[in-house]
Amino acid sequence: MKRKSHYPYWFVFPAAVIFTTLFLVPSVASLWFSFTRWDLFHAEYIGLENFVQFFKEPFLVQGMVNTVIFAFVTSGMKTVLGLLLAVLLTSGIFAQGFLRILVFFPVLVSTIGVGITFTRLMHPTKGAINIALAHMGIDGPGWLTDPSLALFSVALVDVWKGVGLATLIYIAGLASISPEYYEASRIDGATRLQQFWRVTVPLVRPATVTVITLSLIGGLRSFDIVWAMTKGGPGFSSDVLASVIYKQYQAGFYGLSTAGNVILFALVALIVIPLVSWMNRKEVEQ
Amino acid sequence: MKLKYSGLVAAAMVAMAGAAQAEVTLSVLIDSGADTEAVWAALTEAYSAKNPDVSFDIEVRPGGAEGDNIIKTRLATGEMTDVFTYNSGSLFQALNPTETLADMSDLPAQERVLDSFKPVVSAGGKVYGVPIGSAMGGGIFYHIPTYEELGLSVPTTWAEFMDNNAKIKAAGKDAVATTFGSTWTSQLFVLADYFNVQAQVPDFADRYTANDAKYASTPAAMRGFEHLQEVFEAGYMNADFGAATYDEGVLYVSTGEAVHYPMLTFAIGAMSQNNPEGLKEVGFFAQPGDDASSNGLTVWMPGGVYIPAASPHVEEAKKFVDFVATVEGCDIQTATNGFQGPYLVKGCEAPADIPRAAADMMPYFEADGRTAPALEFLSPVKGPALEQITVEVGSGIRGAADAAALYDQDVEKQAKQLGLPNW
Amino acid sequence: MSRRQLWTGIAALCVSLFIFVVPFVFILFMAVKDKRAASKLEFSWPTEWHLWANLIEVVEARNYMLLLAYFNSTVITVGAVSLIVIFSAMVGYILQRRHSRWNSLIWAGVMAGLMVPPAVVPTIWVLQNLGLFKTIHGMVLIQTAYGLSFAILLFRSFISTIPRDLDEAAIIDGAKPLQIFFRVILPLLKPATVTIIVVQSIAIFNDFTNPLYYLPGKENVTVQLTLFNFQSQFVSQLNLLFMNILLITIPPLIVYIFFNRQIVAGMTSGAVKG
Repeated sequence: MKRKSHYPYWFVFPAAVIFTTLFLVPSVASLWFSFTRWDLFHAEYIGLENFVQFFKEPFLVQGMVNTVIFAFVTSGMKTVLGLLLAVLLTSGIFAQGFLRILVFFPVLVSTIGVGITFTRLMHPTKGAINIALAHMGIDGPGWLTDPSLALFSVALVDVWKGVGLATLIYIAGLASISPEYYEASRIDGATRLQQFWRVTVPLVRPATVTVITLSLIGGLRSFDIVWAMTKGGPGFSSDVLASVIYKQYQAGFYGLSTAGNVILFALVALIVIPLVSWMNRKEVEQ
Repeated sequence: MKLKYSGLVAAAMVAMAGAAQAEVTLSVLIDSGADTEAVWAALTEAYSAKNPDVSFDIEVRPGGAEGDNIIKTRLATGEMTDVFTYNSGSLFQALNPTETLADMSDLPAQERVLDSFKPVVSAGGKVYGVPIGSAMGGGIFYHIPTYEELGLSVPTTWAEFMDNNAKIKAAGKDAVATTFGSTWTSQLFVLADYFNVQAQVPDFADRYTANDAKYASTPAAMRGFEHLQEVFEAGYMNADFGAATYDEGVLYVSTGEAVHYPMLTFAIGAMSQNNPEGLKEVGFFAQPGDDASSNGLTVWMPGGVYIPAASPHVEEAKKFVDFVATVEGCDIQTATNGFQGPYLVKGCEAPADIPRAAADMMPYFEADGRTAPALEFLSPVKGPALEQITVEVGSGIRGAADAAALYDQDVEKQAKQLGLPNW
Repeated sequence: MSRRQLWTGIAALCVSLFIFVVPFVFILFMAVKDKRAASKLEFSWPTEWHLWANLIEVVEARNYMLLLAYFNSTVITVGAVSLIVIFSAMVGYILQRRHSRWNSLIWAGVMAGLMVPPAVVPTIWVLQNLGLFKTIHGMVLIQTAYGLSFAILLFRSFISTIPRDLDEAAIIDGAKPLQIFFRVILPLLKPATVTIIVVQSIAIFNDFTNPLYYLPGKENVTVQLTLFNFQSQFVSQLNLLFMNILLITIPPLIVYIFFNRQIVAGMTSGAVKG
């Protein structure tokens, strides 16, 4: 007699129904709609034209390039700064607990609010940042108005907002490193710097993988902060895929917008999956 | 559970609303700006005074491409207010008016609206809007005291204009107020040049619609982009050009901080709200071309007031919109923001005392052949990304020829989405 | 504490105060100034404090839109978080306790949910066909769908720490599956549950993009959308715009102060194990 399991499958149903209808179905449908010219009522098949346009029109190409740059810059900075901050905030310095709270607070705040605030702070002539720099005799650049700087400025604000989360994850990772390793290396005569490279960095690898993965995916999909600060401007110099997708949606070019979604997914998959399996493989080798 | 509770509240509200049937609240969506907000506050107040059972709820949206997109999206998702204002001409055509807007052909106001206006708010043989505001010219505002101080005269060619700019820069002032913080303002040099384009290539509009002429392949059309590049490269812009806003541009030219401001004449309205003393110090001239003998003004029809077909209060809304296009409606607009140009409603006259810039504009209308409609009123084709492209040219990111080619590509998307033949 | 630790700490404190606190001070200053002073964008001590007046004006703006926004955002957050907690705990439970070939399929779904960016326009199309577009309950379901993956991950790893003996004991007592889950397992999941509640609440409350696409409409405004739209409403009243930012920042601040420790504990337990 087949025993009915005490862990019945139907437990999975509610989640599965919601997830399939509202996530899987649209994702699969997007593959179809990206090949059409669409106005939500009629979809006219046009083959690869949307994709060709994405790779031909300079500002769409720029959006893709910017997305990759933005993702890697913010992810890299969050990883490095997060680890350094975590090491600092676990070394027993004065006001350590308070500092941890301080560093993490921006993570919780409205992204739009942060965007609006920093846009004002970064105003080329009236913003507090440039005025402060002027007092020190430095001519502050046009953070958000210089096309070669705009994307980077937005990236800086994104790091400001997100580094607290990386720090938090690293702090937990550091806490799991047994002190014996440090003892052993100290007995071997290692300096603090050598301890950092030989003990800390390798043993904190799981946290590193997490931080890199989360921040890369987040960076590639970033929309709120870009939209709040520059809307992709000046011109198109800070457009990322998510803002391009939104602009095409607003203009009513739904097929083109969906094609952008497909490209974004491909980008995430192509970058993140190999990276994560490479990082995990290295961990196994360790 | 909370959802059920809010459902009960909603049901109760509907019941109450049904009982008080005579009262209507009309929602109105207008673009942001002290002058627009003031004039609509005045118009709705005046109407409510005559019709006490109608009250209004005014909502503000941004201008420029973002505003365009908000309008399109809200119409598409059925989220539009009962009444809304928007451009006429090609931007109006992009709204798919025959499907989204309420037909206003039989409104009493249409007898009073000038015939020249009706085509720009018509589609499929029906009229869908009434004018709000006056006909506008696209040209260049200038600060009169500075001109007098430096002994400059109003330029009739582009070369003279750049000459004036050089002298102004030499005197240590900002020559051309540039306000890319409001991205839509970056298009002026390109769009206001159309009089000069059609003077050289009279059939440009038709050929453009038929995918026969392009910006990149028509030197006369490309001049507008080149003008923008020249002004940037000569360093005539204010230091904060990348972040300055429209309101700041209006302020700069009316206080003399900058001497020129390329803009449409509705800026007179903003000036009368934000800096009324500056009104007498600001003059206006049409954007000069390369030929002094053909110097004329590119003219914009005023925006229109529209009603979405899906509105639950179409009849009430129509009565209000009818009121806007009356002599009283014009008088309210003049009283609030000053006279800015000829109205498109019969019987609306200019008062005796009009702002200097408006007085500068009238001669163009009074002579023959000194005005031409802007391209967006002659062709439904206008790409959504023009203002970002012009910001690129004006910031030195992209050259004029490149930008013109890019805009041609952008326009193609819009033409195809509209289903135009030949694209 | 060594001298080095003391001085490093003080230095770190100064730098951190400058980098992390100054922007919030700026928000506060801007929020209490009057219209003229705020338009200058200066980082200066306000000459006049209009805290209360500005607050009232922002709350009253557009017919108390901010209050409606708070209500909507709260409803969506509470609704979605409740569904997420219960449904994902159920899935995590099955994933961990029952080993079958279906598990890899479920797992693939969870990974997809974490990585694949939602296809927005097709989702609008699905929502419209289901009659859920522009509705609050539609938004609740969307947030649930997007939040399931992370929660399933967290629950699954946490359930692995609950010994099976407890299940066995309940089964011997004659408990049915639902009873085992709700009476035995769920209470023990409290740390993970609290974490997910806090993390998801903040994420959904702060979400701007999804309501932007899926919840247009004046009756449906959320807190973030109101702030964004008020940029045109308050284009020349920056003091009110910043007062709005201040008002939106307060709820997460309060949540953070109260649940500080749980946030830290929860984020790290699931995250580090990867």
